[in-house]
Amino acid sequence: MEILVASAIGILTAAGIYLVLRLRTFPVILGISLLTYAVNVFIFGSGRLSIGAPPILSDATTYTDPLPQALVLTAIVISFGMTAVVVMIALGAYLGTNDDHIDDAPGRGEDTV
Amino acid sequence: MTHWLIMPVVLPALLAPFMILAARYHMGIQRVLSVAGVLALIAIALGLAVQTSDGTVMLYQLGDWAAPFGIVLVGDRLSTMMVLLMAVLALFVLLYAIGSRWDARGPHFHVLFQFQLMGIAGAFLTGDLFNLFVFFEVLLIASYGLMIHAGGNTRLRAGVQYVLFNLLGSTLFLFALGALYAETGTLNMADLAQRVQLISADATVGIRVAAVLLILVFAIKAAIVPLHFWLPSSYAEAPPPVAALFAVMTKVGAYAIIRVYTLIFPVDLAVTSGLHGTWLLPFALLSLAVGAIGVLAAKKLDRMVAFAVISSMGMVMVAVGMFTTESIASALYYMVHSTFAAAALFLIVDLVRQSRGHLNLITDAPVKGAALIAALFMVAAIGITGLPPLSGFVGKLMVLNAAFDDGLAVWVWSIVLISSLISVVGFARAGSVLFWKAQSDGAPVPEAGRAMPSPLSFVAVGGLLGLLMMLTVFAGPMYTYTTATAEQLVTPDTYMSTVLDTPGKLSDAKEGGH
Repeated sequence: MEILVASAIGILTAAGIYLVLRLRTFPVILGISLLTYAVNVFIFGSGRLSIGAPPILSDATTYTDPLPQALVLTAIVISFGMTAVVVMIALGAYLGTNDDHIDDAPGRGEDTV
Repeated sequence: MTHWLIMPVVLPALLAPFMILAARYHMGIQRVLSVAGVLALIAIALGLAVQTSDGTVMLYQLGDWAAPFGIVLVGDRLSTMMVLLMAVLALFVLLYAIGSRWDARGPHFHVLFQFQLMGIAGAFLTGDLFNLFVFFEVLLIASYGLMIHAGGNTRLRAGVQYVLFNLLGSTLFLFALGALYAETGTLNMADLAQRVQLISADATVGIRVAAVLLILVFAIKAAIVPLHFWLPSSYAEAPPPVAALFAVMTKVGAYAIIRVYTLIFPVDLAVTSGLHGTWLLPFALLSLAVGAIGVLAAKKLDRMVAFAVISSMGMVMVAVGMFTTESIASALYYMVHSTFAAAALFLIVDLVRQSRGHLNLITDAPVKGAALIAALFMVAAIGITGLPPLSGFVGKLMVLNAAFDDGLAVWVWSIVLISSLISVVGFARAGSVLFWKAQSDGAPVPEAGRAMPSPLSFVAVGGLLGLLMMLTVFAGPMYTYTTATAEQLVTPDTYMSTVLDTPGKLSDAKEGGH
């Protein structure tokens, strides 16, 4: 099972980084979403993987570590809010300039330095 | 347990929603509430700083749960000093935003401003790394809103880049936290400091990776080369009062590096030897140099000031990167100086833009109010480049003095002095093009897009420069204070025992809650 989870994190991270380096804003935002999926599975996995062990006290014999699951919940909520904000700002920039490029190359935005 | 320690977080957090619920369409009431809130914040921060000035570490356990399972807020000399710095800066920036009517150019400026103060205060006061992440996100999301305040296409595009870069930084922070938790099983700073020392010498890969990831995250916030690329565009396009407030956000990155790398991963720790101890100083020297070259190369005034911020952060990290008590004391002094000088410069950039209409460093006709703006620019430029008699020079002397015993002393001295020379040339050229040469050009002055800035704006900028002068006059007592702070940082036993040994509820059932 560890191979499955580890390769999932790796593939999501690789795909996320590939998309983040693209030219248009929309793939970049998708790449950030993939990276947040990867990091959430990573934090979850830092509490060690186990099968059939609940995080909340009940009548089970072994329990899994509940703290990483709480960390993941917080991280999911925060990144979902951030993604909403970045989509709104990117949409505003795109609708204002009719241009979805993410960089300001000379001639496309303000001259740099 | 006193509740004053959480007040710098709770007060803005309550004030902001109250403003948006009760005074959403009344700018006057929002302004009054905002200024009153910041004044109260200064009073609270002063009280906290006075209470910790004898070396006591104040502790606030949220929900009365004992560390390491509960979240704690810790007030020692460094935290309370940084909260006070933020509050004083916020007052002058707020006065400028009100005086120049920047706050009226978009909705919700004051609300976002209060949330920003909440995030920064929480980041300074927290004693838990995941709580630090949460407060980083609070301050970042408020900064996203403030960054695009007043809108405009260029600002929105720069805002998209700023947000995306910081989202990547937050993701990296989570990777670092996950790695740290996997290695040590805790995220409380004091508990981490204990557990990291128990890691056996043949299994150090995980913790070394976690330490490097963590310092990369803080280096992004502190704009250390090569992670500085987000800063020039974002700080130049942000509304100037917002850019002036952002001057303290880079200091959050520097604070986090100082806190984590003196408490959890001190330089003499065997498991992380050869990492940040060796690499932070060269990259900080590189930041100093790149910032100075950027100052010389800039074609617009706002970009020039943004590179000056990179340069001054490089100087702070040079002092931190030497990791001695003296150097950390000089870094703290320089941090205070750099915050006020950079903020004053961003506000002066706005004064120039208001009176001149544009910020290109080309000769233009003389404008109204240029004499006063030129005087303020000269004082601020003397401050940030480190010329005598202002606090930049005193700070630079302290850093150079602390560098005597370092292995890279020759590099530190030469790069600090050469980059100061380059910055002086850059600022002098900008000042002469903007203010002196205008007198010799006889072209008529078009009135559109130019206006005389309001008196309150000048008062706010003058206040910041006055603080710089006070920092020079009281450099001696200030240095004594920062030396005591640095000594408390390098011997963290009081910090760790206060955090870990204070019982919370349910702690009498087991010892110390472990």
